[in-house]
Amino acid sequence: MRTVAEFRIEYLRQLSPQGRPLDELPAFAADNEELLKMFAAMLRARTFDAKAINLQRTGKLGTYAPCLGQEAAHVGVGAAMRPEDCLAIVYREIGTLFWRGVSMTEVLLYWGGDERGNNFAVPRHDFPWCVPIATQTLHAAGAAMAFKIRKEPRCAVAYIGDGGTSEGTFYEAMNLAGARQLPIVFVIVNNKWAISVPIEQQTACETLAQKGIAAGIPGVQVDGNDVIAVRDCMARALEKARTGGGPTVVEALSYRLSDHTTADDASRYRDEAEVAEAWKTEPMIRLRKLLESRGVLDAAREQAMKAQFTREVDAAVQEYLNTPRQSSDAMFEHLYANPPPYLEEQKELARRYAGTGRPSH
Amino acid sequence: MPKVTMVEAIAMAQAWELANDPSVVVLGEDVGKSGGVFRATSGLFERFGADRVQDTPLAENMIAGMCVGMAAQGMRPVAEIQFMGFLYPAIDQIVNHMSRLRHRTRGRLSCPVVIRTPHGGGIHAPEHHSESVESMIAHVPGIRVVCPSSPARAYGLLLASIRDPDPVLFLEPTRIYRLAKQEVADDGVAAPLDVCYILREGEDVTLVTWGAIATDVLQAAEQLAAQGISAEVIDLATVSPIDSETILDSVAKTGRLVIVHEAARNCGVGAEIAAIVAEHGLYDLLAPIQRVTGFDTVVPLYRLENDYIPSVARIVDAAKATLAG
Ligand SMILES: Cc1ncc(C[n+]2csc(CCOP(=O)(O)OP(=O)(O)O)c2C)c(N)n1
Ligand SMILES: [Mg+2]
Repeated sequence: MRTVAEFRIEYLRQLSPQGRPLDELPAFAADNEELLKMFAAMLRARTFDAKAINLQRTGKLGTYAPCLGQEAAHVGVGAAMRPEDCLAIVYREIGTLFWRGVSMTEVLLYWGGDERGNNFAVPRHDFPWCVPIATQTLHAAGAAMAFKIRKEPRCAVAYIGDGGTSEGTFYEAMNLAGARQLPIVFVIVNNKWAISVPIEQQTACETLAQKGIAAGIPGVQVDGNDVIAVRDCMARALEKARTGGGPTVVEALSYRLSDHTTADDASRYRDEAEVAEAWKTEPMIRLRKLLESRGVLDAAREQAMKAQFTREVDAAVQEYLNTPRQSSDAMFEHLYANPPPYLEEQKELARRYAGTGRPSH
Repeated sequence: MPKVTMVEAIAMAQAWELANDPSVVVLGEDVGKSGGVFRATSGLFERFGADRVQDTPLAENMIAGMCVGMAAQGMRPVAEIQFMGFLYPAIDQIVNHMSRLRHRTRGRLSCPVVIRTPHGGGIHAPEHHSESVESMIAHVPGIRVVCPSSPARAYGLLLASIRDPDPVLFLEPTRIYRLAKQEVADDGVAAPLDVCYILREGEDVTLVTWGAIATDVLQAAEQLAAQGISAEVIDLATVSPIDSETILDSVAKTGRLVIVHEAARNCGVGAEIAAIVAEHGLYDLLAPIQRVTGFDTVVPLYRLENDYIPSVARIVDAAKATLAG
């Protein structure tokens, strides 16, 4: 017997959970302003996240999927992408969305039950929120196919969760990307849980990165709570894809510190001790420590940043709450470019009975 | 007798079958330890263990396909698809295999599978969580589509669905999962499939409906009664195949028909009911049939969902329209 193929999965981490550089850091990490920008983006996402949960609890927002604990993965990916690249999100990745220019008000509108939240003013070409698990990975592969055919130096990035990697669609997307060497990066955010199902029950794989191997795609594991490592790893994967080197699967190891959504109660199925342990390696700590050790961040400065983001979030919340509800006409708009005539009749009927249904919760 | 909600009745029926039929296995995403996102499998994992009550990997086509395999080899899987909007990946297995394995093998293999899934909107849920696309599966030969409208009916119909030798898509109207409690005897007595249930007798107009909106139709009937109009309310219960007889008998009596469903109108199950009455009861009709349905649009996000789901006022007006002139 002989070995005909061998594979390995590398693991990348550049900052220890306590903020100590483990290796020579990538070039961008020498720029304190750049690191502060990433720290700010994480803090901004976290500030928004807390407020959104609060709004849901007080009946002003629908079900919301928090990003708590995953800010580094999301910001690291956003920071490595170019504006012209194309993003296919799932439902948690506000850190990336905000980095790319999506507004807080848009995010609130979406989770507040208003389709206009999917109509991003910036960036116009990114895909909207995607609730049907894994479906977005094929859209990203299709986008990458379009870029390849048109010979544009652009990449697609598809997010997926650990649970999502069990869907057949995900394998189809990776297989296509491998077979056609598409300019795409699949980012698996492994937060250890898919609602109540832990990763050990989802798969027998030791890593999720290795799922790319069967599609002929290199896979790499990265500490998803290390924003420097995520950005570095993504930047290299994107550069490779952009210059014709084909796709990469990046597994970012993180942890879902929150409930699955505001409709969930994780204490029913998850050990509190595990969550407490995960808090020790959450992503803000290490970047804060690094920046403090470099003398560019202290408690006062962080406080000031936090206050600024709180004001910004409050303003967005006001804008969201002051946005008048769409009329019933909105149901019929944008359904077809050329709507059939009977929809006009139904639109009239909807107007006649608008407001006669049960009051909204 | 305990008073239970519909979602509790659904858990009760599954518990009964798990306890009394060793071939029954409950499976799906989050149905185990957490007891389901709506708690429709609450307590089952603790009572029957991880082999009989399984959390599956996150993949709906896998769930449907493994049900085909399990059922063909003598098990009775009762699978949950977390929301109807996530049934779509499973359709290949449901249509190409589950519903026709008996037919293809000339009765050698069969698929006694139940796929339970929440149905409809009105609960303030996120995008893709408010679908009512029963007509898609009602169109498929070889599978039943069942949809209860009360806790007692949910208990009885789910028992019947699990015991049925063929596949059943069992739709659970989320809007009334916890709306009202009802006395339900946990006695293992099934309610028959393939028949409609008359929820209220009347003389002037027949209202045919199913699922959550049946509660609104009953309210409409109440309002009509106050205006001197006697409405008969029929709960379709088995959405496919349709019990034409009960509907035709009622229309023969009232001469008027209003069909009310939450799903979109175009090619909805209401069209089939209207066609049955047009074919077999046309001369009984004293007025054109009315359909009161969701609009032919994507179900809107929750801020507009109450403008999408037909209101009681719309149902009342449609019934009155059949009596006008
Ligand atoms: C196709 C599909 N099936 C089921 C669901 C319901 N659902 C929503 S989130 C979720 C778990 C997802 O877990 P994972 O992929 O790990 O992402 P995470 O929520 O942890 O970010 C499930 C089962 C869905 N949205 N889409
Ligand atoms: Mg997860």
